[in-house]
Amino acid sequence: MVPTAYYLILAAMLFSIGITAFLIKRNVITIFISIELMLNAVNLTFVASAHMWHQVSGQIFVFFVMVVAAAEAAVGLAIIISIFRTRQTLNVDEIDLMKL
Amino acid sequence: MSHMPYSYIWFIPLLPFAGFLINGTLGRRLPRAVVGTVALLFTALPAALTAWLWTTMCATGAPISIESSIRPSGFDWIAITGFHADFAFAVDHLTLIMLAVVTGVGFIIHVYSVGYMAHEEGYWRFFAYLNLFMFFMSVLVLAANFLLLFVGWEGVGLCSYLLIGFYFKKASAANAGKKAFIVNRIGDFGFLLAMFLLVAHFGSLNFTQIFHSVAQHPEWLGARFLTAICLLLLLGAAGKSAQIPLYIWLPDAMEGPTPVSALIHAATMVTAGVYMVARCHTLYDHSPVALMVVACIGAATAIFAASIGMVQHDIKRVLAYSTISQLGYMFLACGVGAYAAGIFHLLTHAFFKALLFLAAGSVIHALSGEQDIRKMGGLRTRTPITFWCMSAGVFAIAGIPPFSGFFSKDEILYQTFISTNPLRIVLWLVGLLTAGMTSFYIFRLWFKTFFGKPRFEQSGDGARGGVHEPPWTMLLPLCVLALLSVAGGWVGIPSALGGNNGIERFLDPVFANGAATEAAAATTGHGLELVLAVVSVLVAVAGFYIAYVFYYEKPGTAAALAERNRRAYNLVNHKYWVDEFYRNLLVTPLLMSTRGVLELVFERGVVNGSARASASATRGLAWLTRKQISGNIRSYAGWLAIGAAAVMAVMLFGSTLWGAR
Repeated sequence: MVPTAYYLILAAMLFSIGITAFLIKRNVITIFISIELMLNAVNLTFVASAHMWHQVSGQIFVFFVMVVAAAEAAVGLAIIISIFRTRQTLNVDEIDLMKL
Repeated sequence: MSHMPYSYIWFIPLLPFAGFLINGTLGRRLPRAVVGTVALLFTALPAALTAWLWTTMCATGAPISIESSIRPSGFDWIAITGFHADFAFAVDHLTLIMLAVVTGVGFIIHVYSVGYMAHEEGYWRFFAYLNLFMFFMSVLVLAANFLLLFVGWEGVGLCSYLLIGFYFKKASAANAGKKAFIVNRIGDFGFLLAMFLLVAHFGSLNFTQIFHSVAQHPEWLGARFLTAICLLLLLGAAGKSAQIPLYIWLPDAMEGPTPVSALIHAATMVTAGVYMVARCHTLYDHSPVALMVVACIGAATAIFAASIGMVQHDIKRVLAYSTISQLGYMFLACGVGAYAAGIFHLLTHAFFKALLFLAAGSVIHALSGEQDIRKMGGLRTRTPITFWCMSAGVFAIAGIPPFSGFFSKDEILYQTFISTNPLRIVLWLVGLLTAGMTSFYIFRLWFKTFFGKPRFEQSGDGARGGVHEPPWTMLLPLCVLALLSVAGGWVGIPSALGGNNGIERFLDPVFANGAATEAAAATTGHGLELVLAVVSVLVAVAGFYIAYVFYYEKPGTAAALAERNRRAYNLVNHKYWVDEFYRNLLVTPLLMSTRGVLELVFERGVVNGSARASASATRGLAWLTRKQISGNIRSYAGWLAIGAAAVMAVMLFGSTLWGAR
């Protein structure tokens, strides 16, 4: 039996990697992937907790997160494609139209 | 049955108010004829109601004292524990006389205005204001408590301001309106303080309650709080009735249209102060000091204003100073305890002064706006009806028997002479001298306007006919008022002259305390009264004769006399420099302190400073937060992560940091 703490540590590591990648990467697709990584780290926490407390609600919540993530991936990819079509770049530092 | 007319009393003020609403809201779009009809209708009905009220009251015979006040339920205004004021009206004999003056003379002047204002801009505005004035004035005289009286008091002040500044495009008119309003404000401040004192001492502002409780306590005679109340009320009355030291607004108020001068600044509003003093006679009777002050202020104002009036050249200003002077007489009468004589003079003065103003308006109208009596003359043959009407007013104010002014003025002088006032002889002499001056200045006006050679520019065009009589809407009111000026005094012919002194009998229920003067009159007998009457008539005739010599027989005499006494003439001609005195003593320091202290320190420092400080603080904060919005998506994410970390840190370690709950 793997202790719950291991799952949580793994989830924390995944989340930190996600954040770090989000902050340092410039490519929009990479940033997008790091967001997915963070979402999955949260999912792992949910599942681990649900297992620990013998509660099914955490598991159900994961399904919701996955559905939202799928929808978000679809919308996000569409945005990325249209950005690429108009600007021929995926570098976020150059996409700063809303800067004051 | 006794309640029958009472339920209609509410219509006396409310009808003019309805007229004001109609003309004030729709008047701009209505034709002039409709505006005039509405204004006339809504002032004629209250006059008719007053007449009806008068007949029903006199028919019952019973004196309607203030106790039988009309208080329809459901008209509570302020009702808190320990204090109560409501929209209550009361009618007694004093109110009846005032109502008759206000609605009757008011209606006559409305008729005149229809003709006088026919060619003026803002016709509807004028009648809306005039009707509003009638509303407030009726409220003032009908009020059964000080608070409601104060509402009317302030309301007529407002209308006075609006109507003085009626030609608001003219700077002098606008300024005169402001002056009247501000000077009246000083008086109102006294009135307000008096009301506070009344509430503090009596817990009520009800006339009945206060006067009753004062009458119950003869030991309060000369009590200091009563003197304070009376003097503060007198300050209010001096403001409204243009007495020393607050008279300065009335001459300037002549900037308003002439019917306004006649209605507000001669017949009704300016007499509100006299009415108020008479209404509070119970209070004044308990304060000899206040009565003394009233008498002295009245006498001083009378002679002071009359002397200024002798040298003025503007026809309306002569009449304005004359009004101040006559109001001084009324105050003198009140001050010596002869309230009925004061009200009598108020009544006759309303007739003849309204007549004089309206006739002056007719003269001004005939000369197309000329107001300088030096540029008049010879109008007797050109405007004969105006001349005869004005003559009635002139003889009335000069105190020539049997015109109305003689009886009222003579009554005041007689009552002054026999009063218990320690200064009675001085006051009487001042009054007598003023009577002579009155006679002089009014005949001077008369001679200069109507006699001698015409000194105005003869207009050549025959189309308008040059100098002409006004239309009948203006002449008819003149004739009615002329009749009243001749006969108005016959209601108060003293018993010494074979009359029955009707008006004083009529007012007896109100001024029941006047029994003392009655007793004094009985002991002195009729001989003294006759002698005094003869003396005052002689003085009036002397005034007439001097004016006759100066301005008719040898027209240059007055100018030569003025030349010889240049300094004295200058002093009087510049109205004793009172306006300048006030300007240097009060207005200039006030303006300087306002500019120096309030504007520099408060306005620029505090008001502007705080506004600027808050603006720059906002700007600084905006600068800080704007730095954050870099447009760099990773910096946003970084801030987000730091924020999340901070929240987590608080959640995890917060309890250890700030102690466990």
